[in-house]
Formats: sequence, structure tokens, C-alpha cells
Amino acid sequence: MFLLGIRFLSAQECDKTISGTIIDFHDGTPLEEATITYNNKTIKTDQNGSYVIKDLCPTSYAFTISHENCNSQVVTINLNKISKKDFYLEHHLSELEEVKVSGAKHNKTSSSQEETIGQNILEKYSSASLGDALREITGVSSLNTGATIVKPIIQGLNGSRILIINNGVRMQDMEWGEEHAPNVDINTAGSITVVKGAAALRYGGDAIGGVVVIEPHISPAKDTLIGKTIITGANNGRGGTISSKISKGHENGWFFKAQGTLKRFGDVEAPDYILSNTGIFEKGISISLGVNKFTHGWDAYYSFFDNEIGVLATSHIGNVDDLIESINNREPSIIRDFTYNINNPKQEVTHHLGRLRYFKRFEKLGKWTTQYDFQRNKRFEFDIRQSEELRKIPSIDLELTTHTITSDFKLDAKSDYTLDAGILMRYQDNFADPETDVKRLIPDYKKYDAGIFLTGIYNFNDALIFDAGIRYDYNQIDAKKFYQKTRWSERGYDTDFSNLIIEDSGTQWLTNPKFEYHNTSATAGFQYSFKEQYELRFNYALAQRAPNPSELFSDGLHHSAARIELGDLRIKQETSHKIAMSLQKNDEHWRWEIAPYINFINNYILLNPTSVELSLRGAFPVWENRQADVRLLGVDANLYAKWNDLWKTSHSFSLVKGKEAKNDTPLINIPAPNIDNKITFEKENWLGFNASIESQYFFKQNEVPANIEVFSPRLQQDVFLEINTPPDAYHLLHADANIKFPLWEQNQLKIGLAVKNVLNTNYRNYLNRQRYFADDLGRNFLLKLTFNY
Amino acid sequence: MKNIKFISALVITGILFISCSSDDDNPVPINDEELITTLTITLTSGNDVVTLKSYDEDGADGPTAPAITVSKNLSANTTYSGVISLLNESENPAENVNEEIEEEADEHQFFLEGRNGLNLTTTYTDKESDYLTSGSENPVGITFDLTTTDASSGIFTVTLRHMPKKPNDGTLTDAGGDTDLSQSFDLTIE
Repeated sequence: MFLLGIRFLSAQECDKTISGTIIDFHDGTPLEEATITYNNKTIKTDQNGSYVIKDLCPTSYAFTISHENCNSQVVTINLNKISKKDFYLEHHLSELEEVKVSGAKHNKTSSSQEETIGQNILEKYSSASLGDALREITGVSSLNTGATIVKPIIQGLNGSRILIINNGVRMQDMEWGEEHAPNVDINTAGSITVVKGAAALRYGGDAIGGVVVIEPHISPAKDTLIGKTIITGANNGRGGTISSKISKGHENGWFFKAQGTLKRFGDVEAPDYILSNTGIFEKGISISLGVNKFTHGWDAYYSFFDNEIGVLATSHIGNVDDLIESINNREPSIIRDFTYNINNPKQEVTHHLGRLRYFKRFEKLGKWTTQYDFQRNKRFEFDIRQSEELRKIPSIDLELTTHTITSDFKLDAKSDYTLDAGILMRYQDNFADPETDVKRLIPDYKKYDAGIFLTGIYNFNDALIFDAGIRYDYNQIDAKKFYQKTRWSERGYDTDFSNLIIEDSGTQWLTNPKFEYHNTSATAGFQYSFKEQYELRFNYALAQRAPNPSELFSDGLHHSAARIELGDLRIKQETSHKIAMSLQKNDEHWRWEIAPYINFINNYILLNPTSVELSLRGAFPVWENRQADVRLLGVDANLYAKWNDLWKTSHSFSLVKGKEAKNDTPLINIPAPNIDNKITFEKENWLGFNASIESQYFFKQNEVPANIEVFSPRLQQDVFLEINTPPDAYHLLHADANIKFPLWEQNQLKIGLAVKNVLNTNYRNYLNRQRYFADDLGRNFLLKLTFNY
Repeated sequence: MKNIKFISALVITGILFISCSSDDDNPVPINDEELITTLTITLTSGNDVVTLKSYDEDGADGPTAPAITVSKNLSANTTYSGVISLLNESENPAENVNEEIEEEADEHQFFLEGRNGLNLTTTYTDKESDYLTSGSENPVGITFDLTTTDASSGIFTVTLRHMPKKPNDGTLTDAGGDTDLSQSFDLTIE
């Protein structure tokens, strides 16, 4: 029958011809060597992108049109009706969602320092946090509160100076607090790029520290159903993580993705004792669906993140005398039996993120993208309070709601330059619930932002690329804040800001501070490739950042930290001038990069301990926000060597020095220099076996601000508060081994075993706020199973 | 056309969200429930009454340091019976914080200490069962006896700990817990 059919068809007059051109959709250039496949035959286009297919029957054919680096297209054509057809293929890949990210590829800017971590590394951190994974990048460290609250530090800067772009959305999750970690489930990430500086202007103009760009997996426009499950178990904390994702793609561009993570750990352990109340219970889900077509597409994304984190019991202190006692004791005063229960003090944070995005490509012009995103961040901090009833009520209860609309047009039709122009509008509302019965540390406020940017890349020739950009941002903050009358006068606001008072409520003034900031940022740089394997990058970035609500408005006792934090209404925006260079060599056996930078920041906002204030509860250290001109100088270097097919080593070093310009006073919380060396053995045909040993050496941070002398009410005398004394240098050893098994047909199982802190070394980290109270984590065995299906 | 619709929907949704969430109500003031403004220790021996007082008008959040007063010097070789009173005078009428401590007597304890050469000793004269029906015999320290010996001067420290280890050996180090109140008085025994 089948043969008959063919014969019947051939018996028809198969003399139809179709011809046309295959064209790049963006710039209209004809594509040479593009292929058209039908009925197992393949035709290629000539140098003009033209094709002719002869001897076709008068029926419908499905042609598959492909070109290198393009998404293939399948087009059905009825030869009875059509004899000429031009096909448009998308040749340039869109940076935001379709670029295949590999380890060495730099793709967010052309001239600034960048580094990307991909799937393999992220999988290793499935049971850890975003901040932990980012430390894999040279020059990135973290500011910790215990083991579970991890804030990234990029080249010495943290908090509001770092933008976290999660799936195209700038995270608005109260990044101003030192004990507020980013609300991101690392398992949602397909790759993470860190831009070390403010050069990636499209994401924001205030990234004085840098930008962390978290991107999801890419769904190919093919009929696919892919799933992955990672199960990690760890003995330290006696818990683990399970994370699963599935993604369904269709040839017509539709896709659907879903992902979920559950993480549960009990108290973690230092080498000599249990760190009581350090458990964590984290839940995350995300779903997205949409259409990713050739000419247009849309998607909807929603994610929910819920994290309950215990704060080391012994770190809850009453007053400065307790702090002095803790520092002198060297051992936690509270060591209880292991438990999964999380008691006060603890944090409960939830984050909702929703996004709608639409894009359209214009032939021979570019791509227009518009996005609306919504975020709601809710933070509870529970403290040890006077009564059982009060302990059930959080001491901090904040709800931060953000709406953002962004729109940008990327002109990428020309082969020698690309322009990207966009706008942003944002509205944010913070609500501090009075049910806490504790004075609000962060007031109710409304914030309005508007921004506009233009960036461009110019390919001078194959070796030389210039990039530049300019951005303007307007910020307005409109707060309603109560000040204790005594504090208002002590700050001198009664003379400077008396016009802000709107109500007298006994011992407090209700004020309405309304401030505006105009911020300009700009960048320029180049990338020069020479002798095939070398690349030189140079970038200058100007960035301005308006003060965050904490820097402006904090006033009063931060119970969880037992310190009085004082903002200042007079604080202006800070301005950074950063010059960064990088020189790298890439070849198969030998890859290195050396990247020095200097960052001058005028009116840098710093939070330092300055004095103590006395009360009936005892004395509390006062941490004040003030401004100073500072400079940060540093270098990141790494080296990767492939000695032979089996052995590889990698080495990295980073150093940063931060000082106040006027008096050379060192800045607080600057990472100590560290050296990382790793040796890896890899044999692909032993079930993909690889094993590595990593050594990390952290120097002592010798450059710290001076300690302060405080009056101890208990001792009725001045004592030295060693709040800035850095811990000693330390060395950690880690080991890791992995193998892969094929399972059934296309499935795969990976088994990984890792040991962290192999030698069970006792150490304290200068950048861990709990260093006054307890040692850091002891040895930890992790077993990881990854199923790909 | 479809696209335009989609974008309009997007923008309108955004604007709606924004306009819905605006409200211009003023926030309500919060008064710290746990505030203790006034500590008064009354020491009585017959007609000899000595009052130690510390008044902190703005609590731990405020910049003002407590105002400390001692009505007169203690007499040597005397036993005083002492009573501690805690008030929150930021409220009207003033809130008696002693009541809260009595209700949770099992979770609280005062620690009293003469230091820097001040010749006095204290003994607790109350126990949890004085305040709680099911209370134990562990001391609370709202009432105590203070016995002076030779003339001297030094520091008298009062600390209120929340959730200390109970029973304990009477020292702060052994007791642990959280400090709710900590105040020192310069005293002279003559």
C-alpha cells in the first residue's frame, strides 16, 4: 500500500519548484549554509542565502529550516499554492534567556569584570544558600549571621550596594539589614552571573558593589519533557534538601515549568558543641508558563519562598555587659541537646514574586520587552521577650510590597553595534505592623522610583569592542515615622527638621520625612582580544545610590542584635567611581585571569559602633550611620591548569583593602585576603568519576576599625569592648567525589559525596556576626543524589 | 492588535495595584509594652528608710541615661528589709511591672550584689510559692534582707534575669538567662 502510495504520488506530475531566501530576522542578512530538510533530503543555501528545491509533488510538505545557533523552524507548505517563500531565522540569540552560559563566557557586559557559575556548581549547593554558592566566584565573600543567613559581599561591598536580579526581577526583600539574607531558592537557578561593579546599567544604576543575575533554565522550543530531582543529606544539622523540577516544552514555543524545594535542618554543630537554635526550615515553589516564539512571546512566572531560621540562642544578649561576658567566655553560654525545633530568637520570612513579560521582535530592528512584576516580602523576627504571650508576637513585623514596570527596546539589527534603551517605574510600600508592641525600627513608607537608561555596544572590529551607557534614576521616599522626643532632640533634628513634625503624641513626634534623590550613573569601557587567547577588559563606572530606609530612619534598640542602630535624616546619596581591569588568557591547558580594581566612593554610608547608651536594662552599644569618603582597592586572580587528561588544578586569590580617605581608618566588614587551591582528578570512562580536594586559607583581617571604650554599669567603670577584634587566620580542607550512572534509557543518576571541613577545625570567621559567641561549623558529610529524567 | 491588548491589560493591572494600595492614614504610635522606667528599692530598718531610685524616662530606645538617686547613706552593722518596685511611668496611670514578674515568678530572679569593697550581704526573703500557687521554694528576690557590716563604700548592683537557670548558685554567670534590668548604685555605709 505504502509503495503504491508513493507510486501514485510519483505518478502525479512532481515538477513543482519552490525557491526563496533564508534571512536573518534581525538584520535582514541572507544566511549562507542554512539547511532545509524534507523527506530525508537536505538542501543548503548558497552565499546569498538562496535556495531552490525542484521536483516536488503538488502536495503539502513539512520543511525544517535550520541554521547554526538558530532555533529550527518547521513550516508546512502546500506546493499547489506556493512556489516562492522566504524564511526568517532568528540568528542572534537573545541575551536574557537563550544564551548558553558556559564557565568562561562573559555575557552581561563587554568590559567589566564578570564571572558565571553554571549548573554543576549550583547543584553542589542545593542544600545551601545563594550566598554560599556565590563564594565560588573569586572576589565574592559573604556576611553571615550563623550558617544559614548569608549575604553576598562583592569586592568588599554588601547589602543595598548589591542588586540581585532573580529571573529578570530586581529583588526587593529588605536587603538593608545585616541579618537579612536574599530570599532566593538557589534551586530555581540555571546559572548565576556576578557583575563586579555597576557597569550592567540596565539592571539599575545603584549597583556600587555589583549585580547578581540569577537566570532560570532555558526551555528549548522542542517537544521535550525534562525532569530533575536532587536529594541532599548532611550529617551536620542532621537534615537535607529535596528539590525537583520539570519542564515541558513544545515545538510551537509553549512551555511550562514547575519547581519545588523543601529544606529542613536541625541545630548545626561546631567541632566541640551544638550550636543551639540554628535550625532552618525552607520551602520554595515556582511555576512559569508562556510562549517563546520566534517573533514574539510572553510568559508568566510566580515563585513563593518561605524560610524559618533559628538564630543562635547564645547570641541573644541583654546588654553590653552580657556582650563583654560572651566575648571573654569563648564558649556559648547556652548549649542544649540537638533538636529540629526552632525557638525564639528566630526569623520567618516569606517572599512572593510574580512576573508577566511580553516581547516582540521587529524585523530588521530589534526586540522590545515589557515586564510587570510584583513582590511581597514579609518579615517576622521573634525575640526573647518578657512573657510567654509576647514571645508569640514578633518584635519586627514588616511587609514590603513592590510593583515594577519596565520596558526596553534593544536595537540589534546592525552587525557592528547594539543599542538598548529602557525605562522603569516602581512603587513600593512598607508597612510596619503596630501589633508588635515594639517601636518600629523601619517606619511605614512609600517609595517611588523612575529610571531611564541607554546602553550601547560597538564592535570596532573583531578584536575590539567598546561599550558605554548612561542612566538616570529618580527616587522619592515618603515616610511616616515616630521619633521619641528625646531622640529627636539628641539628633539635633529639632533645629534642622522641625518642619517635618505632623503630630504630637505624648512622648513621641509623628514626622513625615519626604526626600528626593536624583541619581546619575554611567559606564564606558572596552574589550580587546589579542594573540587569539588573550583578552583585556577595561571599565569605568560611575554609580549613585540613594540611602535605604534603614540608613535614614533606624532609631532605637534592635533587639535581636542588642544594639542601638541610628540612621540619619541628613544622609545623602553615595557616589562611586570604579575603575576595573582584567587580563585573561584562555587556552585548553592554561587559563588565568588577573583583575585589579579601585573604587572611590564619596559619601559612603557606613554603620560603625561609636559609643554606648545607658538605660535601666543596662548599656547598649550604639551603631551609627554616617558618611565618609572611602576607597576600596583590590585584586582578584585565578588560575586553572589542566596538567593532563586526568589531573587539573585551580587556584584563586582575592584581596581587598577598604579605608576612609581622610584618616586611613579601615572600613568595617571588609573580607580578609584568602587563597583557595583545588586539585581535581577526573576519569570520564570510570562512570564519569571525579574527585577533588580543596584547601581554603583565610588570613586574619588585620585592618579593622578601633575597638571602643564603653562604660559598664555592672562594673561602674570604663571597659574595652572588643567588638572589632578580628579572629585568627584559619585553614579549611574540603573533599568531594562524584560518579554518574545511566539509568534506563535517557535517564541518569549522579551520586556525590562531599566532606566539608574535613579536619574538623575550630575557627571563627570575621564576617560572621556570631563570631563573638561561638565557633563556626565543624565537619560535615554530604551525600547528594541527582536524577535526570 | 492582540499585543496591544495584552500590554494595555498589563499596564492597567499595574496602575490598579498602585492606586489600590495608596492610603494616607497616619500610623498609630507604639508604646513599648515591656518598658520599665522606674526602679525603686526601699530599704527599711525601723525608722531608718533608705530609697535607691533609677528613673529612665525613655527606656532602652531613647538616648537619655537613667537618673539615679540614693536618699541617704546606709548605717553600718544594720539589717534592712528590702523591697523592689518596678514601674512603667510612661503610661498613665503608671503600670506596676511587679505584677508581671510575680505572675511569672518561676521565670524571673533578681540578683543583688555588693562590689568594690562595699561591705554588705543580701539574702532572699521570698520564694516562688509566695506568688504562684504551684510555685517552688526557689527565690525570686522582690523582697530580701540586706545586712551591712563595717563602714565602706562601693557599688550595689541589681540585675533582673528572665529565664535564668533555677535553682542556681546565686551568681549571674551560673544563672544565665536574659537581662531585663541592670542597674548599679554607688553606696556608702557609715
